[in-house]
Amino acid sequence: MSYFRAENLSLHFGGLKAVDAVSFAVERGEILSIIGPNGAGKSSIFNLISRIYRPTSGRIFFEDQDITEQPPYDIARLGIARTFQNIELFENATVLSNLLVGRHRHSTTQLWQELLFLPSVRANEKVHRRRVEQVIEFLDLEPYRDKLISGLPYGVRKVIELARALCSEPKLILLDEPSSGLNVEETDDMSFWIRDMKSELGVTVLMVEHDMSLVNRVSDRVIALNYGRVLAMGSPAEVQRHPDVVAAYLGA
Amino acid sequence: MRFLFKTDYEDDIKLFPHSGYYVSYGILLALLLIAPFVLSSYLMSQLVFVCIYATVGVALLILTGFTGQASLGHAAFLAIGAYTAAYLQKYNVPFPVYFLASGGLTGIIGAMVGFPALRLTGIYLVIATISFALIVEEILARWESVTNGNEGMRVKTLSLLGVTVPRDSPTFYFLCLAVLVLTIVGTLNLLRSPTGRAFVAIRDSETAARSMGVNVALYKVKSFAISAAITGFAGVLFAHKLSFISPEMFTLQLSIEFIIVILIGGTFSLHGAVLGAIFIVMIDPFLTYLKDDMPGMIAGVAATFGAGPATAGNIKSTVAAFASLNGLKGAIYGIIIVLFVLFEPLGLYGRWLKIKLFFQLFPLYKRATFKRQKIYVKSERNR
Repeated sequence: MSYFRAENLSLHFGGLKAVDAVSFAVERGEILSIIGPNGAGKSSIFNLISRIYRPTSGRIFFEDQDITEQPPYDIARLGIARTFQNIELFENATVLSNLLVGRHRHSTTQLWQELLFLPSVRANEKVHRRRVEQVIEFLDLEPYRDKLISGLPYGVRKVIELARALCSEPKLILLDEPSSGLNVEETDDMSFWIRDMKSELGVTVLMVEHDMSLVNRVSDRVIALNYGRVLAMGSPAEVQRHPDVVAAYLGA
Repeated sequence: MRFLFKTDYEDDIKLFPHSGYYVSYGILLALLLIAPFVLSSYLMSQLVFVCIYATVGVALLILTGFTGQASLGHAAFLAIGAYTAAYLQKYNVPFPVYFLASGGLTGIIGAMVGFPALRLTGIYLVIATISFALIVEEILARWESVTNGNEGMRVKTLSLLGVTVPRDSPTFYFLCLAVLVLTIVGTLNLLRSPTGRAFVAIRDSETAARSMGVNVALYKVKSFAISAAITGFAGVLFAHKLSFISPEMFTLQLSIEFIIVILIGGTFSLHGAVLGAIFIVMIDPFLTYLKDDMPGMIAGVAATFGAGPATAGNIKSTVAAFASLNGLKGAIYGIIIVLFVLFEPLGLYGRWLKIKLFFQLFPLYKRATFKRQKIYVKSERNR
């Protein structure tokens, strides 16, 4: 049985088939990239997994559990974290509190305990803070801890979003275009981090990406999509040579 | 300028970042404690109102400032707290019991208002909360067996543990102050724990909050309930302070006053609620003063510039007529809101921070420090 599995996943908006009977599986500890032209349905698949959209049909399984009907907030509790294409950070909060929200799925304290800030809450907060610090160190975010998001440049925000996802200690992380808007240097950093996430933190990565150099560097396997359907699946080199993929990108 | 070197995770958790805060808040507390023995009874009464308004301001900040759910219905929550207290008092329920009961009941009603509000955002939520306030106002006027209708209810003098506490006694002021301080401390505790961060997350991006495991609906309802409960507690004190309550005291204008409290004080910090409360409580006597003395002053000025007694008298009566126009107060409030939103969106507390920074960095302060960068494209479609 695969670690994560989508079976015949479909998302239809009226007559438009954004995702059309897509099936794929992610093995534990691998980096799987989804590529495809604009509007191929890549981000829609992510939004289906994190339950922002409800699939028209099909099932999603994670660790042999059917998560198709789980409410969106439970997806994170199961250990699936994500980043967004257009950065969805908490603009008017500091980097630290953004990252601490990432710890939300591990919070166990009750409202009345928090109102009194009992020692148990304080102890929990310190644990959260320590975990956050480990992620900050991992992603070199030390200079930004107390800065407001709204004052930070795009490249840093992108890393903070990744950091927030990592703070939840996910088993599976969904990266929606991790390199969009980054310069060459930042993209290099990103590719190292993605590989480190796999090797050091043992996170399984599912990634949507346009930058083929990044895809080639980090991916174990690649899925190519077009018009909501799977065109090809396999190693990065195989997929890029596949005639259907070439046709989709260059026009036949 | 002071540089903070954090050496412990505790440094990010504690309420006062450095020892200077203990000194300044200590002095403030000392001043507040000796106030009743120094200030005139009129100013003391105003100070009690500041405490009550600031408590409501903190409640509204939790909901609007930190959770991002606008509400123009807080006068209704205040009314529910006040009327519950007045009603229970008739049956000789002791103060601590009806104080807690009023807050609790208002909290439950707040949660009930929160449920339909889950599907509404922005302006639609404002309309829904206004409707709620109007419904409550109407119920208070019509449900005569409980609320005594438009004739209003008398609120008996507070008696705490067998001691009567008149509404203009120092003890009553200390009670209001204690409620305010406890509210502020509780809210600060909340804001540095997971619940408070979830509130802020919902305010800034519901989609991201959801994908981080925040149950958005649950936390919105929690926010409504907490905010309403605190307002209910303030309502009990409000009822005792006024010693008489009737439906026309809890109108839309009062809700707008509460919004002014946080808008003018600053919506990003609890300081804002207190500063805003001082502003709103003190502007009333100021406006009354203007209304009484402006016509005479303007006529006097006109006379010195050579206007005859008849013209001066004319001017005086025109200005007086204008000053006593119906709804002028509302118009002035409206203008104040517009001006603050346009020119001082961070409110009085934001202005205070700017002044402080100016002196800390002198002569290197630059105006752009507080300018916010444009927010990058956000995916509205994922709401």
